[in-house]
Amino acid sequence: MRPGLETETTRYLRARARFGPLEILFWVVAFSTIWLLPTRHLILTETVIWGLFALSLDLILGYAGIISLGHAAFFGVGAYAAGLLAKYELINEPSLALLASALAAAALGFATSFLVLRGSDLTRLMVTLGVSLVCFELANRYGDITGGADGLQGVTVAPIFGLYRFDMFGHVAYIYCLVVLFILFMLARRIVNSPFGLSLKAIKGNPLRSAAVGIAVNWRLVAVYTLSAGYAGVAGALLAQTQAFASLSMLSLERSADVLLILIIGGTGYLYGGILGALIYRLLQDYLSDLTARYWQFWIGLLLVAIVIIGRDRIGRWIAPVVRFASQLGRRPAPAKVATPEKGG
Amino acid sequence: MAPVLETRSLDKRFGGIIAANAISIAIEKGARHALIGPNGAGKTTFVNLLTGMLRPSGGEILLDGAPITYLAPYRRVRLGIARTFQINQLFADLTPIETLGLAISERHGSGRDWWRIVGTRHGVTEEIGELLERFGLADVMTERTAVLPYGKQRLLEIALAFACRPRVLLLDEPAAGVPEAERHEILTTIAALPADVTVLLIEHDMDIVFGFADRISVLVNGELFVEGAPDAVARDPRVKAVYLGEAFDG
Repeated sequence: MRPGLETETTRYLRARARFGPLEILFWVVAFSTIWLLPTRHLILTETVIWGLFALSLDLILGYAGIISLGHAAFFGVGAYAAGLLAKYELINEPSLALLASALAAAALGFATSFLVLRGSDLTRLMVTLGVSLVCFELANRYGDITGGADGLQGVTVAPIFGLYRFDMFGHVAYIYCLVVLFILFMLARRIVNSPFGLSLKAIKGNPLRSAAVGIAVNWRLVAVYTLSAGYAGVAGALLAQTQAFASLSMLSLERSADVLLILIIGGTGYLYGGILGALIYRLLQDYLSDLTARYWQFWIGLLLVAIVIIGRDRIGRWIAPVVRFASQLGRRPAPAKVATPEKGG
Repeated sequence: MAPVLETRSLDKRFGGIIAANAISIAIEKGARHALIGPNGAGKTTFVNLLTGMLRPSGGEILLDGAPITYLAPYRRVRLGIARTFQINQLFADLTPIETLGLAISERHGSGRDWWRIVGTRHGVTEEIGELLERFGLADVMTERTAVLPYGKQRLLEIALAFACRPRVLLLDEPAAGVPEAERHEILTTIAALPADVTVLLIEHDMDIVFGFADRISVLVNGELFVEGAPDAVARDPRVKAVYLGEAFDG
């Protein structure tokens, strides 16, 4: 073998999964808001939850190429699960309840994953939409359990680990949500850099060839869909716990559409898109509703059209120099390049 | 010697059209077997049947004597049948390193591993390096596949199938569409494939077939028309009549 080829390969694969300076900066800034922006914690909590929800969608859309217009089904199931667990004091400790809610949403994800295996994007759009509508109407119909149109009332959430009670300013809630987001983000990051994650990207790129290199395409899709549903369930549960409330709007089509919008604004397939999208969305919403209280969605709509028309690739090229510059700042001096003899030499 | 891959009266019908009619072919272990035939003879259909991309309407496919007729494509790959495609089927957004790493990980069964970082398993990067070298892809190993020159994409197409370490490798017109200048590299690469890998070559170009194969099957209208050693097939007047025609007179 050409000398150094294996080393170069190893280095390339390591660099692929390494934390860049921009990433580290991102999380430092995110956690510093705990101290720097104490008056904004309520709105930031909401943003973090949207970010986690959009991250869950990114796992299927950005990595496996499954488009969904019904992701709120899992969000809502997670929310109602957390709400009911707290209301009836079945699982009092919030982080355990979070886990249980994630499992409930993941179970629904697993059960419905088989419906999205086949078919085109349009089929998947319709099937996911259908599933979420069914969930919505079930929650509406069984109002004696879910509270129906009035929402789930009388939820009291116990202190986290029995120690930290949710305060009225939302400080504890924000820290709680941010920590959950961080943990789940790092887990997702690990997963997408694994052989499993690579196989998802392959399936997204070319399912036919994926099968021809020995990938059990359907089972991988089932796995990631289930995972994504679990993530969405956690997001929903966080909202229910921090607001001590669950409602039909958490299952609604509008929520499914919003999360798709947020993810598209932030960009798919690099994990940060969901969080950045949520941030941009919230900031725009704030800024624009100051400007034109009733018509702020006009501008969101315009932005969406602009992003889609301009295209991800072109935007990526515009910001590429910035990203490259930033990642060079933090790089250790490159090791001397291995001399590469001329081909055939 | 026992055949490694064998079909017994394999049929495939699409509605009223017969794409494969009672095809029985045995491919010997280590063979350099070529499958030729005019356009629409059913060559690619036959490959799709062998790899499980199509379900046969009748007949049997045996790998080492065991039936695999209705096995899912990915299972056949794991049993040792890999193929290339006549029209590139690659992962546009992955680099050659990632593409080969993917196939190797899958072969190791670590494709379900969601915790390990790609390439940290022992021996993976070494094998990626070997494959890059063997298929002349080292110079472009960190480029997105979508931007590679066509000839390199063709090489990656073969490298990807080879990374599955198949016992039987099906090459569907490996040099199709490759400019004359880059053709040579592909042909030398194919000629240098290890002897213990059985190769079934589907090809149009007679120079390639007769330079490579030690056995040739001729398909016409979905049926096995003639089979034999290259010189016997070349001399066969019926073959000349239906297929080779001018290519041999010239």
